[in-house]
Amino acid sequence: MARKVPEINASSMADIAFLLLIFFLMTTTMNVDTGLPRMLPPMPDPSVKQDDVEVKQRNVFTVLINKSDRLLVRGEPMDVSLLKEKTKEFVMNPNNDANMSEQEEKDVPMIGKFNVSKGVVSLQNDRGTSYTMYMKVQNELVAAYNELREDLSRSNFGKPYDKLSEDEKEAIGKAIPSRISEAEPKNIGGKK
Amino acid sequence: MAKFGRKGKDDMPAISTASLPDIVFMLLFFFMVSTTMRETSLMVSSRLPSATEVAKLEKKSLVSYIYVGPPIKSFQGLYGTEPRIQLNDSFKSLDDIRDFISSERDAMSESDRPLLTTSLKVDEDTRMGVVTDIKQELRKASALKINYAAKKVEKK
Repeated sequence: MARKVPEINASSMADIAFLLLIFFLMTTTMNVDTGLPRMLPPMPDPSVKQDDVEVKQRNVFTVLINKSDRLLVRGEPMDVSLLKEKTKEFVMNPNNDANMSEQEEKDVPMIGKFNVSKGVVSLQNDRGTSYTMYMKVQNELVAAYNELREDLSRSNFGKPYDKLSEDEKEAIGKAIPSRISEAEPKNIGGKK
Repeated sequence: MAKFGRKGKDDMPAISTASLPDIVFMLLFFFMVSTTMRETSLMVSSRLPSATEVAKLEKKSLVSYIYVGPPIKSFQGLYGTEPRIQLNDSFKSLDDIRDFISSERDAMSESDRPLLTTSLKVDEDTRMGVVTDIKQELRKASALKINYAAKKVEKK
């Protein structure tokens, strides 16, 4: 029989393998996609004659963005940073201002009588508007609605909005419907 | 004391750790195989805008991606620096979006089709013209659920 070969210590093999394992665990990122979810309006059916839905002037909150990324909100220039507060004020209309959105008292399940706003936010941008600006404005508008819902959730159910059950979320959705509409695109600032 | 001292002198056979590497390698291979790398190679640069109100995009199988942005360096000689649309693995024009959506629809099971979400990965510097055109095409294809991809930033 041949001379006995001393056994190689294999215990460090595990360390090497662990090192590799940890390396792969760290480097492969499960990237989660995040984004602003929105719904597009369906294409108008050409065979059906479109009745223009009459919306009172006071119920429309028009936001225009021009090609140099400047905002015109209800006919007045405004900075993006103020947009959220203005939108919230428009939707809730706490002082019953005749210029802000109309309120209609409705019976909302689980909440009871609630002044549901008839206000619509109408967003229109130019072809030359930068995507960054567009996203900023979208974000502010969504934030305004989210904050209103958060407030209602806390005052009514006593917990934050994302802790609510599906039914409660639906009730809040009925009380504060998110109405952001995008007008048919126009080309004012020239083709780009 | 003596009791314990004696025990230590006994040659206890060491537990063999030779199979430990095998176990760890098994784990390693599992992770290497299961973590899928990005399916499409990006041909446009897309630095996403940031937003605070983002939601997670769940159910990857229901999502199809449209990339818009200036072509990356190696393609700039061929395609210039104007923002272009990338579907799957190639540059496409606006008219191809409808075909793309219908092929994505066909690949899904019937019950999932209404849930199709289109994620728009648009570069920050893009002008809205291209995006508006894409949105119009998506409306025509009645793929109405969209998602503007954005990075999450914390509220100030």
